[in-house]
Amino acid sequence: MTIVGASTLYPWLGAQATEAEATQAIKQIVGASKIRSGRVTLDIPPLVENGNSVVLKVSVQSPMTLDDHVRAIHIVAEGNPLPNIVSFHMNHRAARAVVTTRVRLSDSQRVWAIAQMNDGSYWQGFAATLVTLAACTE
Amino acid sequence: MTQTSRTLVTMPATAKKGEVIDIRIIVQHDMESGFRHTELGELIPRDIIREFVCTYNGEEIFRADLHPAIAANPMIMFSTIATESGTLEFNWKGDNDYASSTSGKITVT
Amino acid sequence: MMPLKLFTCFMVALFGLSGIVFAESFGADRQSGYALMSKQTQAMQDDPLQNPATFWLLDGQTIWEQKAGKKDVSCAGCHGDAEQSMKGVAASFPKIVNKTLLNLEGRINLCRTEHQQALPFKHESKSQLSIATYVGSQSRGMPIAIEKTPEISPHLEAGQNIFEQRMGQLNLSCAQCHAERAGLKLAGNTIPQAHPTGYPIYRLEWQSVGSLERRLRNCMTGVRAEPFAFDSQEIVDLELYLMWRARGMLVETPAVRP
Repeated sequence: MTIVGASTLYPWLGAQATEAEATQAIKQIVGASKIRSGRVTLDIPPLVENGNSVVLKVSVQSPMTLDDHVRAIHIVAEGNPLPNIVSFHMNHRAARAVVTTRVRLSDSQRVWAIAQMNDGSYWQGFAATLVTLAACTE
Repeated sequence: MTQTSRTLVTMPATAKKGEVIDIRIIVQHDMESGFRHTELGELIPRDIIREFVCTYNGEEIFRADLHPAIAANPMIMFSTIATESGTLEFNWKGDNDYASSTSGKITVT
Repeated sequence: MMPLKLFTCFMVALFGLSGIVFAESFGADRQSGYALMSKQTQAMQDDPLQNPATFWLLDGQTIWEQKAGKKDVSCAGCHGDAEQSMKGVAASFPKIVNKTLLNLEGRINLCRTEHQQALPFKHESKSQLSIATYVGSQSRGMPIAIEKTPEISPHLEAGQNIFEQRMGQLNLSCAQCHAERAGLKLAGNTIPQAHPTGYPIYRLEWQSVGSLERRLRNCMTGVRAEPFAFDSQEIVDLELYLMWRARGMLVETPAVRP
């Protein structure tokens, strides 16, 4: 017997609700600014082994110089109970805008990465992944 | 959740000036999400690490704001330029007065 | 339509009357659950600084050196440096101690009560998991070494019977998934052969370190059977059979598993 998430039983409710929350969370980050697609790559396994711990790697194309660098990377989930996952803050001294961490994903979903540049511009990328329950849970 | 715990860092002890070094850090913490229930149906309150700060000779070079969706026993990998010899300090802060830290010395030639 | 005799043989071969239809994997055919994991999870196991079980290991090291009980003596007080004295020990458990079959946790508790005169560690307590991880890790990389002695044979047989016996509301035996269908999928996961090479493990599902007994009880809950009690004869017999079935495979403690 497999337990399915709310967004699967009532897809018109669950998925839309959390997608809207994700959009709202992203709006709170960028304000009125426009977000451009590109430069941001989000690496998540397409099928996760266990939603409790998923390795997530975000990379942003940037020369990372004093004049042109990434100031922050925000990770936002469309299918989690809360949209915000983590925000990384850095400066040109990072040399590479590449950060890896382990996150929780509660359902199959799209995850967004929003990069904020020092010139105030925003860039975004996303990755979609499938999350199933373990066969033997407690 | 206890108010402090171990945190382990991997970073090189030496580097050439201008070299990019990789830093990996892990901390022991359940990251209680606040969405779990006991067997009796009671909600287990949120108890997570909220912030990670890394300083290099006192200057902040990297910071992270954590939310419940960060997996238990958080791990972060990031990088920085080896600018000068000194100490990198790593600090975690969280709910219920949680705080833990560690440091690493680097010799830059 | 094939002749009835041939058809019957075919059906028997396909479904079996009882027990194992497909031959159990032996020797080089055996595969640790490690091989089924993603590269990232494998890296998590291989690198102590990415493996959260390291924290339990360090706590275990602290316990090893801590005086305890009425005798006010530490593990180190009798056993000295664990890296020397505990080398290969976990790889040989479960084993018979004073006519009783004990797993590693049971043996540690025997030391606690007899030699330290301290209270035994409770199952799945942080202390027990930490010391078991610390002692277990001293066998990392060594082959599992369970010998089939006359003393151990009845327990081994009992364990094998449990492994092959259908149980629970789902009426499934361990063998049906882990011997006959290892490598096939169950609910999106690949079924492992169930060799306990890395216990105590950091299981992503638990977000914590846990013992083999905990995992076996999970499996039993999974087939809707009443789980064997901790330290019960059945569960230790089953542990023995699984470790014997995995003999020669390398210890991975502390492993990471999904």
